Amino acid sequence: MTKSYDIVVIGGGNAALCAAMTAAEAGAKVLILETAPKEYRGGNSRHTRNFRCMHTGPLGPLVDDYSEDEYFADLMKVTGGKTDEHLARLAIRTSEDCLPWMQAHGVRFQPSLSGTLSLARTNAFFMGGGKSLVNAYYRTAQGLGVDVLYEAAVTHLELEADRITRVEYTHAGQNHSMSPKSVIVASGGFQADTDWLTRAWGPAAQNFLIRGTPYNRGVVLADLLEQGVQSVGDADQCHAVAIDGRAPKFDGGIVTRLDCVPFSIVVNKNAERFYDEGEDVWPKRYAIWGRLVAAQPDQVGYVIIDAKSLDLFMPSVFPPLKADTLEELAAQLDLPASALCDTVDQFNAACGDTTNFHPTELDNVATTGITPAKTNWARPISEPPFYGYSLRTGVTFTYLGLKVDENAQCSTQNGPIANLWAAGETMAGSILGQGYLAGFGMTIGTVFGRIAGREAAAYAN
Amino acid sequence: MQTDLLTEARRQAEICNACRYCEGYCSVFPSMHAGRAFSDGDLTQLANLCHNCRGCYYACQYTAPHEFDLNLPKALSEVRRDSWESFAWPQPLARKFHSHGGAIALALVLGLALLFLAIRAIGSAGGAGFYAVLSHNAMVAIFLPAFVLPLVSLAISLRRYWRSVGGTHLRLANITHAVGMAAKMKDLAAGHGDGCNFEDEDRFSHARRFAHQAIMYGFLLCFAATSAGTVMHYLFNMPAPYPFWSLPKLLGTSGGLLLTLGCGWMMVLKLRADRHIGDIGAWSGDLGFIALLGFSGLSGLALYAFGDTQAMPTMLALHLGAVLTFFLLTPFTKMAHGFFRLAALIRDAQRSIDGNP
Repeated sequence: MTKSYDIVVIGGGNAALCAAMTAAEAGAKVLILETAPKEYRGGNSRHTRNFRCMHTGPLGPLVDDYSEDEYFADLMKVTGGKTDEHLARLAIRTSEDCLPWMQAHGVRFQPSLSGTLSLARTNAFFMGGGKSLVNAYYRTAQGLGVDVLYEAAVTHLELEADRITRVEYTHAGQNHSMSPKSVIVASGGFQADTDWLTRAWGPAAQNFLIRGTPYNRGVVLADLLEQGVQSVGDADQCHAVAIDGRAPKFDGGIVTRLDCVPFSIVVNKNAERFYDEGEDVWPKRYAIWGRLVAAQPDQVGYVIIDAKSLDLFMPSVFPPLKADTLEELAAQLDLPASALCDTVDQFNAACGDTTNFHPTELDNVATTGITPAKTNWARPISEPPFYGYSLRTGVTFTYLGLKVDENAQCSTQNGPIANLWAAGETMAGSILGQGYLAGFGMTIGTVFGRIAGREAAAYAN
Repeated sequence: MQTDLLTEARRQAEICNACRYCEGYCSVFPSMHAGRAFSDGDLTQLANLCHNCRGCYYACQYTAPHEFDLNLPKALSEVRRDSWESFAWPQPLARKFHSHGGAIALALVLGLALLFLAIRAIGSAGGAGFYAVLSHNAMVAIFLPAFVLPLVSLAISLRRYWRSVGGTHLRLANITHAVGMAAKMKDLAAGHGDGCNFEDEDRFSHARRFAHQAIMYGFLLCFAATSAGTVMHYLFNMPAPYPFWSLPKLLGTSGGLLLTLGCGWMMVLKLRADRHIGDIGAWSGDLGFIALLGFSGLSGLALYAFGDTQAMPTMLALHLGAVLTFFLLTPFTKMAHGFFRLAALIRDAQRSIDGNP
């Protein structure tokens, strides 16, 4: 690589591409260094499906209104207040302007997917999903003269005083080094580095599945933290959901989700229930079940449903295990049979009148006299055949990241780093302390990617 | 139908049904997502709704090297061809041409030979124009069965298809909806209207849609030209030859041009496209068919251009031979897809309009 570049963008997902396009449009010569090969480019963005967008009146595929205050309130609910209000409101406010910008850069939207009607007002779905968004952005970026190097792994950024003076990376088996005027880090969290995850979580992390890209190993993040770049967030905070236990270790994506928990009982490997399966509608609860399962022995859970509930949820990618008796199902799931029968008997005895059962809203069909209670959709598990799934913790992305200001700029204890910006999951911890709001990751990536691109280009020019 | 192809299509459809990201692209996905399990008939219907626009392939996060190894356009195109071959009648002819461009070429040689032979053996019987080369009665004797027999064969195939996909009695609204979809080739435009992914990886373009429309409308114009000639001959006692400013000539010339250019364009696109995102076994058969169709159009234009020269009898033999081959092979080549697609769109309208799953 003999060419000289104004800006190097590290990473090849949504935030990186938004930054690269914005900077190129401002006249900067931009190079994207993407660790993944071309067919896996795009980081976790390739698995996404929508972006949460504030709007006044119908906008693109979005109906009605979604105000800044309502959006912010939704965010506060899921993060339990652990939110940087200033940056969060910046992201929310700017999101409205992002949607037409995304369309102008090749993204196409589609109506809310079947089974996701509850999001039709708040989340704009990409036609074809995140990989089609990534494809469109690569085409647009390359049209703007952005160069892309795949399988280019950044190993080190040299920080001298308040400047990054050198970017070191390997490509095609060779070490390279370059000194661009500006650097943008948009290379995600560290969830694919199982050792790091284990240091944060303990040995339990060995049993976690990673829902997205195997390429987000946090190499650049660790390198910068070692050099004193300011961080934000706790290493054990992440977006984690309960997914099908048979999912691949990496990259299982959306299809490994299971929506049947509210209609089930969930037990651990000792066949004991451990949490209220019917606490709230699933879209509001799926993100806590990752942590609940992580806290169980061997980090595994088992969902048990019966014939009457089979068609109440989205089809699963792997068919459920099926048996005519609970004993047989226990054998298939490798659970103690008598304990499972006892748990189911106790649960069934605690179920009351189920005539008000309503699968899509809180129906208060609850148990009485058992702990933990099931407070909605509590119907006896009684109608064979019985079905079972195993559940594992699926990590989407980690929150420990680079602390940025409203200009997406990174800093050390001594103040801002003049030519380093961060966008996307690698700085999402600056906004999200815990919890997660569907589609907010893409909002952060788009908003802060564009800001980083603008600032980096202004500095380079 | 072949179990292994259905099994693979079912495996992929079950993954798609748990994802649903591609719902907005085409008619396949709303139909797929309406159910939880996929019978052989369901998969056959989905396969015939698919236009191989490849939008879902390039958007898919589960394509190889991912272990799920999704390639839905390929899986569906293999089931699709298998359905055409399995439903076709008579069976011995069914599996010869879809996968063998060479067989189509051979059939063309036979068709041409038959025409040259007919011209030599039967001759004019005192007619004028083209009929000075081959009499009108001889032409009718050759082309009437060549037209009717393939239609009978297609009717039998479509009846089998309709049964397998659980179609019910036809309503006008189903048919108008389906014809509207086909007329605009909506399923090649994608839900966003930017076209399909074909000749340049994930870039959306209307090239294939427009080339296909040129072929379809070109063919329909040529067909209308022949129909107009037949009506003028029998009802108005106005036998050929016709001047330029006449219905048969105007329809035929514009149709021939569209057909020839469309087929040429389609062949260029097909040569550029990635063969692995479709039925690779049908590649040569498809290309052979497009060449045959394009040659039918081109030879028709040539016949018009050289109609007053010494080359006319040769041109006539070439054109009529190509058309004869094209007609006879209709139920056994890619030409059958038009009929099956329309049937699939009508069946889909029964699902989406009438709520008939």
